[in-house]
Amino acid sequence: MAFRLKLVPEKTNIDFFQWASLTFGGSVAALVLSAVLAVVMGLNFGIDFRGGTTIRTESTQTVDVGAYRAALTPLGLGDVSITEVFDPSFRADQHVAMIRIQAQDGVEAITPEIITRVEAALTATDKAITFPSVESVGPKVSGELIKGAVLAVLAATFAIVVYIWLRFEWQFALGAMVALVHDVGLTIGVFALFQLKFDLTIIAALLTILGYSFNDTVVVFDRLRENLMKYKTMPLRDVMNLSVNETLSRTLMTSGTTLISLVALLIFGGDVIRGFVFAITFGVIVGTYSSIYIAKNIVLYLGVKRDWTKPSDDMDGPKGTQYATGK
Amino acid sequence: MHMPLWKRVIIWGLCAAAVLVALPNVFYSRAEQHNDAVAAVEKSGVETPDLVAARAMWPSWLPSKIVNLGLDLRGGAHLLAEVQTADVYKARMDGLWPELRKVLAEDRATLGGVRRAPSAGDELRVTIEKPEAMVKAVELAKSLSSPVVTLTGVGQNDIEVRGEGNTLILTLSAVERAATDDRTLQQSLEIIRRRVDEVGTREPTIQRQGANRVLIQVPGIGSAAELKALIGTTAKLTFHPVVRRTTNANELAGPGNMLLPSIDEEGVYYVLEEVPVVTGEDLVDARPEFDQNSQPAVGFRFDPTGARKFGDYTAENIGQLFAIVLDKQVISAPRINQHIPGGSGIITGNFSVEESTNLAVLLRAGALPAAMTFLEERTVGPELGQDSIDAGKVAAIVGFCAVVLYMIASYGWFGTMASVALALNVAMIFAIFSTIGSTLTMPGIAAIVLTMGMAVDANVLIYERIREELRSGKGPARAIELGFEKALSAIVDSNLTTLIAAAVLFFAGSGPVRGFAVALSVGIVTSVYTAVYVTRLFVVTWYGWRRPKTIVV
Repeated sequence: MAFRLKLVPEKTNIDFFQWASLTFGGSVAALVLSAVLAVVMGLNFGIDFRGGTTIRTESTQTVDVGAYRAALTPLGLGDVSITEVFDPSFRADQHVAMIRIQAQDGVEAITPEIITRVEAALTATDKAITFPSVESVGPKVSGELIKGAVLAVLAATFAIVVYIWLRFEWQFALGAMVALVHDVGLTIGVFALFQLKFDLTIIAALLTILGYSFNDTVVVFDRLRENLMKYKTMPLRDVMNLSVNETLSRTLMTSGTTLISLVALLIFGGDVIRGFVFAITFGVIVGTYSSIYIAKNIVLYLGVKRDWTKPSDDMDGPKGTQYATGK
Repeated sequence: MHMPLWKRVIIWGLCAAAVLVALPNVFYSRAEQHNDAVAAVEKSGVETPDLVAARAMWPSWLPSKIVNLGLDLRGGAHLLAEVQTADVYKARMDGLWPELRKVLAEDRATLGGVRRAPSAGDELRVTIEKPEAMVKAVELAKSLSSPVVTLTGVGQNDIEVRGEGNTLILTLSAVERAATDDRTLQQSLEIIRRRVDEVGTREPTIQRQGANRVLIQVPGIGSAAELKALIGTTAKLTFHPVVRRTTNANELAGPGNMLLPSIDEEGVYYVLEEVPVVTGEDLVDARPEFDQNSQPAVGFRFDPTGARKFGDYTAENIGQLFAIVLDKQVISAPRINQHIPGGSGIITGNFSVEESTNLAVLLRAGALPAAMTFLEERTVGPELGQDSIDAGKVAAIVGFCAVVLYMIASYGWFGTMASVALALNVAMIFAIFSTIGSTLTMPGIAAIVLTMGMAVDANVLIYERIREELRSGKGPARAIELGFEKALSAIVDSNLTTLIAAAVLFFAGSGPVRGFAVALSVGIVTSVYTAVYVTRLFVVTWYGWRRPKTIVV
């Protein structure tokens, strides 16, 4: 037998419900904690969502946050935040900082005069400074962007839940949705905890997590459906364990390959998309966990319609069931 | 295990086509120079040695379409502007007043004196001396309105008239407002497009968004401020008779006149007649020139109507001053020395060469019909874009190699076949991007790297299934066949859910998010294709050739 890298033994027989109170309870606790964090600490919204201006500065000299702040304070621009950016891909003499200026009262987007003044003030502090990117979003647009983002997440959830409902049963759809709330909720919690910048690209990341979370869950469900038809008398709990065990190798393999590419992006992809990639990476990890530990628990609690065992005298097959045949 | 020949031919053909179409992206700058040269030759019809050399950078018989790089990768400026469509209502109302006065004056006997009352910009209020004649006044005012011809609003008039006490109120009807808004926006788009095109950058995006917004993306421009200066200037050129010249900034201009400052003579003001003789709208051409003293100037030419008005006026007013006004400032006020027929002239002032060039551009493109406010603006420097491209490249290569190693370590020879399919998958993504002319953004690169990880998922599902079938004692051929067959439902279900999410991202998202959604969708479709068809073809071909007794997946 040739060498094969194996993440899990060929045949596993893990009881995934054994620690159900711990895993499920832990997830519920983590979810509640995330909600509390998001409310108490709040999310560090980027200018996409609260308006304002970000200026990226680059210089051959080290970033002196204090000096930058001293240069900008006399301009009276209100809340100004300055953070230095570090990235392994930067050259030795490449020092980058992000400056965020709050939305100015009474103007939609920041005026070029203010940007010119900011740039002049910073150039006076550091002769070698350049401004590779300047972004400004007015409050009107940011309000719409928030609305659009929330709508997008809800619409995507709805569309996918309906799809699963049609392909499987409502219990599965609900289970998948709970798993999804878990994944997205925890990701938001982590962003609140570490005060990572939450902007439009993070919404894209959440939607990707959403798709991925369902993707993972659906593979388990697909096997569950198949096994439910195969082992008509086996208790639901055992069928579920069997299905998860059978797909475990694949679940971990796929998460493994996806994580490999994500880690490559995380390390080498540069700081511009780091937050975005981090969100997806985190989401894939919790998504893998939730498809093993969360989604099917919900289905177990709800109980699944096992109609197809009833017309057992009818050998024609699963009549009167809502299952679509897996084609 | 059998696969009909036509299927094999189609699959191989598609793969070969994808590789061929994706190829120019590997030699991006060469292909780009070739394309630019071809476009330049086509436009000018002249083949300079430089262009021919650039064109030779890439063979003409190969596909040469390349992926469009987004602003975040190429560098450039992005603006979201809102057109103040209400500006136009005011202009309409102001234009209506002289007409209305004329109509009402004809019935002075019944109405008494009429006077314009102050009002909001979008209505015209007129007080009438004898309120009891209001019915008559409304009737007269209504004669000014005309039906609006639109798809939905046939039969409605453009102006609504009502009387309140002694005040006659004219407003634009809802249908007319909608029609006006639409026209204003179309006109703004057209003017912005002309102004941006004049500067001659590569592939600008100028799109209407929603009812009154315009999205402008110009790659390669230095900053959003520069872009704003280019499109935000109103450039309203008018020619007015001069009443007198003064140095008093608070001088009363008198009815029908206005006081405007001189652009380059400090403290000098002109009292001008408010109604212009000719406007920039009558211009057909404007170009940078030099006057007789070799100072930069702008030469212009009127269309026949403008030329006639200009000619008549100059003939009748020899010896008078004539002011050239740009955006409420007097550029110059030369004396009319003789009758100027033919409708062409020259504007002199203290211009630099650059200023005269810009002014010519602005005059040629025409004035914006309404002011714009900018809701969103983003500038990305070209170096940052290049950094992002490099970072994305490194991440993609590392990600690809790691996934390939992992697949080979896990599935051996079958993993190798899946890896080749993965490479074809990446080629297909680029081929599709090049063909549909979609824009690649940084999140798009992330999506491609992400799909690399997810693309092998389908292969993993299939291989795990084959393993299971082998374990349950099936022969190799049967196991392979069942593996592909049974994994299909899970593959389709799982990828469709992701595709749904991507579709929502596309419709709800904007800018970079959209780029991500497109890349993700394309990646999902191609990955299912390569996993289900291409890998299958590889496996079937290999199996048919070697006929192994046992297989190890």
